[in-house]
Amino acid sequence: MLRLPPFEYYTPQNITEAVSLKARFGEDAMYSAGGTDLYPNMKRKQCTPNTLIGLNELKELSLINIDDDGISLGSGISLNEVANHPEIQKLYPALSKAASLVSAPQLRNMGTIGGNLCLDTRCTYYNQTYPWRKALGFCLKKDGDICWVARSSPVCLAISSSDCAPVAVALNAEFHLTGENGQRITAAEEFYLNDGISFLNKTHDELLVSIRIPSHEGWLMGYKKLRRRDSIDFPVLSVATALHLDKAGVCKNARIVLGAVASCPQRALQAETLLKGEKPNAELIETSAIAAAKLAKPMDNTDMTLGYRKKMAANFVKEAINEALGQ
Amino acid sequence: MSKNSKFDWIGKSWTQVGGLAKAKGETVYADDLFLPRMLYAKMLGSPHAHALIKNIDVSRALEMPGVIAAITGKDLPIPYGILPVTQDETALCVDKVRMVGDPVAAVAAIDEETAEAALEEIEVEYEPLPSIISIEDALAEEKVQIHQYAAQGNVHKKVSLEFGDTESGFSKADHIRQELFYYEGSTHLPLEQHAAVAQMGANNRLTLWSSTQTPHYVHRTLSKVLEMPASQIRVIATPVGGGFGGKTDPFQHEIVACKLAMLTGRPVKLTLTREEVFYTHRGRHPVLMWVKAGIKSDGLITALHFRNFLDGGAYGSYGVASTFYTGALQTVTYPIGNYKFEAMRVFTNKAPCGPKRGHGTPQPRFAMEVLLDKFAEDLGVDPAELRLRHLVPGNSRTVNHLTVTTNGLGECIRKAAQVSEFNKKRRKSPQGKGVGLACSAYLSGAGLPIYWNKMPHSGVQIKIDRGGGVTVFCGSVDIGQGSDSILAGIVAEELGIHIQNIIIVTADTDLTPVDLGSYSSRVTLMTGNAAIAAVKPLREQILSAASDVLKIEVEDLTIKNEKILLKNGSRELAAFVEAVQWAESKFGTLGSVGSYTPPRHGGDYKGAGVGPSPNYSYSACVAEVNCDSESGYYSVEKIWIAHDIGQAINEKLVIGQVEGSVYMGLGEAMMEEQVYRPGKSDIGGLHKNPSMLDYKSPTSLDMPEIETILVETNDPEGPYGAKEAGQGPLLPVMPAIANAIYNAVGVRVDEVPITPDKIYKGLQNIKSEKKQKNWLPGRIGPTTFPNVEFPEPIHVDPPC
Amino acid sequence: MKQLLTLKINDEKHEFWVSIHKTLLEVLREDLHLTGTKHGCELGECGACTVLINGEPILSCLILPIEVQGKEIMTIEGLAHSEKHGTDCKPHPLQTAFAQQGASQCGYCSPGMLMTAKALLDKYSNPDRERIREAISGNICRCTGYAKIIEAVEQAAKSNTKLPQHT
Ligand SMILES: Cc1cc2nc3c(=O)[nH]c(=O)nc-3n(C[C@H](O)[C@H](O)[C@H](O)COP(=O)(O)OP(=O)(O)OC[C@H]3O[C@@H](n4cnc5c(N)ncnc54)[C@H](O)[C@@H]3O)c2cc1C
Ligand code: SF4
Ligand code: FES
Ligand code: FES
Repeated sequence: MLRLPPFEYYTPQNITEAVSLKARFGEDAMYSAGGTDLYPNMKRKQCTPNTLIGLNELKELSLINIDDDGISLGSGISLNEVANHPEIQKLYPALSKAASLVSAPQLRNMGTIGGNLCLDTRCTYYNQTYPWRKALGFCLKKDGDICWVARSSPVCLAISSSDCAPVAVALNAEFHLTGENGQRITAAEEFYLNDGISFLNKTHDELLVSIRIPSHEGWLMGYKKLRRRDSIDFPVLSVATALHLDKAGVCKNARIVLGAVASCPQRALQAETLLKGEKPNAELIETSAIAAAKLAKPMDNTDMTLGYRKKMAANFVKEAINEALGQ
Repeated sequence: MSKNSKFDWIGKSWTQVGGLAKAKGETVYADDLFLPRMLYAKMLGSPHAHALIKNIDVSRALEMPGVIAAITGKDLPIPYGILPVTQDETALCVDKVRMVGDPVAAVAAIDEETAEAALEEIEVEYEPLPSIISIEDALAEEKVQIHQYAAQGNVHKKVSLEFGDTESGFSKADHIRQELFYYEGSTHLPLEQHAAVAQMGANNRLTLWSSTQTPHYVHRTLSKVLEMPASQIRVIATPVGGGFGGKTDPFQHEIVACKLAMLTGRPVKLTLTREEVFYTHRGRHPVLMWVKAGIKSDGLITALHFRNFLDGGAYGSYGVASTFYTGALQTVTYPIGNYKFEAMRVFTNKAPCGPKRGHGTPQPRFAMEVLLDKFAEDLGVDPAELRLRHLVPGNSRTVNHLTVTTNGLGECIRKAAQVSEFNKKRRKSPQGKGVGLACSAYLSGAGLPIYWNKMPHSGVQIKIDRGGGVTVFCGSVDIGQGSDSILAGIVAEELGIHIQNIIIVTADTDLTPVDLGSYSSRVTLMTGNAAIAAVKPLREQILSAASDVLKIEVEDLTIKNEKILLKNGSRELAAFVEAVQWAESKFGTLGSVGSYTPPRHGGDYKGAGVGPSPNYSYSACVAEVNCDSESGYYSVEKIWIAHDIGQAINEKLVIGQVEGSVYMGLGEAMMEEQVYRPGKSDIGGLHKNPSMLDYKSPTSLDMPEIETILVETNDPEGPYGAKEAGQGPLLPVMPAIANAIYNAVGVRVDEVPITPDKIYKGLQNIKSEKKQKNWLPGRIGPTTFPNVEFPEPIHVDPPC
Repeated sequence: MKQLLTLKINDEKHEFWVSIHKTLLEVLREDLHLTGTKHGCELGECGACTVLINGEPILSCLILPIEVQGKEIMTIEGLAHSEKHGTDCKPHPLQTAFAQQGASQCGYCSPGMLMTAKALLDKYSNPDRERIREAISGNICRCTGYAKIIEAVEQAAKSNTKLPQHT
């Protein structure tokens, strides 16, 4: 049986307490929300924090607030709540869809939206047990000094595999963080870094408290996810789209974001520009999709061949645009 | 499907014996055992695919608090192996490791955590050797040998047989095709990770509880390796949480647990991790196949020539048998005039392959069924029609001397094609939708035992209690296939009593007569026949005693619904339990034994031992797919499968076996791959996906609807006419899907698994009309084949 | 580090000292010997370890006892008693249906599958096939191809607790 390495566990009762515990214990401590990403990683000794700070008791993290300007989601809300919340389904269908496609039902009862947005990057050379990684030789991301995916790479190329992260970027979400030095708000897009090791643009003590998504009234959106099986599996390619059309059907604004093709969600600015000011027809969608797909430079470190994932990118962008347009 | 009123139980669907206990979580599997003072053991696996062991030092581990014992290969040096000809394994490697994960040392500690920590403290000095990861490497490498006993270099086994005269057969053919196929390896992935608990009793008797399909073979192995008389060893097979052939060998962890229990005098549990289960393997051999087939314009196969390379992995396991199985059953499926079969199994530094559901048969079946689809197209004939034109007749012998008693394939094909509307859908399906058909045959138990002997293959013993309870003892193991239910159903039928009054005691070498185990689809037929043999005399005794008391002729009496009745009327004369007491008064304690030995038929050439079976099951499968003609992404929409079961003993359980086989076939067809990192040094030989996330087993959302049709041929060899169901229906699934993909989008994937990226590649090269050398556009599969000499075949004349 | 914990499992209070880093799965099986809960991966990938926390199916291999203190934990051992049939100990309709349909072959996935199915039926008394498939999509079964499992859930949904025990 795979087991967790030993640690101490704290159950802070409020955010201040949680953050100060984290500040006290430093990098050796980790926040644990649903634990569905953290515990497997710990069992494989990808991380061995000696202190865990449980977030379950923080009532503030489970609030949902809907007003005219948008929605605020506490980071501790479970993925199933996000997926099944009728208002979220109505206002942000791409988000509820992405959440509903994470892993499997049991895991969505445990996993939180916050944990999903802070999900560790993944790689077939990294998400392996300790004996496996030891047999191979450890890699850059943990304990080693080589990247097995690209041996000459100075940086880790592990993949951002969160289903909700690309949607958060596409919906221009803001993340509310609280750290030792106070509160801070950051755009989702700025929260992610294209580095497999330091993939979150935040200090270790900063706690993701809530996610604010601005109102998207009048927007259309879609989410597509490529994976081998229709359940359990992480995305090996995903596309989130959000389009704002005027009454005449002209695209006033567009946001297209690719997931699982790099160490952070990739915004397809060129495709967005192509769409803006135009009425999306089949041809335009095709051209935009091809432009967006250029961003996909997948590496050979997840399921399905790299060539196929690259080829599928254009296809999926097209389908995600069409899904948004309801066609 | 017969609701045969002749029977009370046979052919009906009654609740599976033990089913409710499983649903209540009461069934005790090996890992659920907790004994007083129990220790936990862990094994240290090799990080190298191929290396010499220079030194092992366990002293630091032994010093750790909580560590009670540590052993290495030196403590268990005696080699063993499931087949007498390949005794090439040791419980812990002695001087060499042959694959990643090969265990070199083991510790027992007060808990699993401590045992695991202790492994880190064991120092092993290795001298790495070049590793051999592919068939090509194995054939090329002459100097570095994985096993010294190999036939040559790293070739483990060579087979070369010719039945009839293939050259003249080909000369009579109207159409000849030569093709290459590849079938990737896959593993059983039982949900239960292997576990064993061993205990040395105060009376110096050793008991092993293990999740094994073959307690008898484990019993023999323990006696050999531990140098203890078998009479002092008791092996109990706990309920098996998924086997599929993966728990059919004697295993390292079983022996290690025993040794540690002997050394410490305390019970020892050893449960494998999921990753270790992947390395324990014994699953599907990757096979590269070259096939040449000649047919007449009417579809008759005049000659067939198969040349197979099997990637065997690091040890022999069942490999020699597997090698023969990649050839033996072709002739049982369709009549083949002349047949040449050549095969070579090589050793590689990967987990050993062995028997997975369908043992050696799915690979050549895939090749042949796709090939027939191509022939059907050549001839412009419906693929179902092509197959129907020539069927193996009942009561016949094949060119390789196998006896076919009954054959329901014709009816299977007709029914599967009819209910699926195969013909219509094949011709008029919209772009992207397609159907494919394939067939198969499989054996109901190997005709010969694994080690040569003349004893029965299955024994059943029955005792009847004065209270009317009937206890059935048998060495067989219920691995979920329902063998306990089969025993109970048969005894209930013969004694005319309710299944609830039957107690099944199985798989305990102290208590039960030998049954060879749950492998090769042998259990229903063999234990079934043994049970009938055991119960008949008891029935006679009961009726005879009843006749005495009731003063009615034995011939006029029968037992039904726990009552003694007049045969021609339904008047109740006595209760079953009363008659039992009369019988005990008359005959003494009521007990009997019965056994079964399969008929000795088959040829007498070298290799004739693999293939014979009392009877053969047949299946025909139609798959319907929906494939995106841009991306190659596809889903299987529905599977229709018709299976010649001979006679269902329990209809619902048979359908369950068929559905389970389809599931596993579908996984192999679409996504499952047991693959390793390539490379001669650093990262070669590491399993690529040793987890349940990365090794893809279909979920409920990936499963299509399955429609099962049972065909009953009432075979004279089977109990009540029964044949096997647990393996055969897997075989046609993969080729049916391959053929359906072709029908849907025109891409021929001549290899398994059939993944979207392969189809995509095929679609691309159809579009670009790029001429592939020697191959049609849109054909994906192997394009090269090793150029290796096979020995001059042994020529065998067809039976007259 | 050991800590004194109180868990409410199948309506019974259990108080015990436990190493804080042991998962609920380990504690159920090894400390409380509630071995009905199975394990196939311990990484959240197979569903065999599913138990109910406040009626919701979760994976016991990825949760700590300290995280479920004060909550209602139900394991397969508690399923038979979960519905009021007076004092007798009849199997839950799902258990009867699993047995009758042959939905447990090797039976190793059954405890997890049943807990998942129980949560489903508590929410939807008469779920359609799609919903059943979706609900059990985190529970791998290597034996049945899921067909008989789905049929058993349907049977249980229809049967509303009063089923004959044997056919
Ligand atoms: C078999 C399996 C399949 C999966 N499939 C998918 C999938 O398809 N798609 C997908 O997106 N994910 C998948 N996951 C990953 C994971 O379960 C989910 O992403 C889940 O949402 C993570 O949330 P959690 O609350 O469990 O996170 P945790 O495991 O608790 O935390 C994850 C990380 O985020 C940090 N963290 C958590 N909350 C906060 C916070 N509020 N502030 C700062 N840091 C925080 C933790 O310290 C940790 O580093 C899968 C996991 C498994 C085991
Ligand atoms: S991308 Fe390279 S460095 Fe990063 S986890 Fe994979 S192998 Fe390690
Ligand atoms: S053991 Fe928990 S999901 Fe597999
Ligand atoms: S019944 Fe064996 S895994 Fe489901």
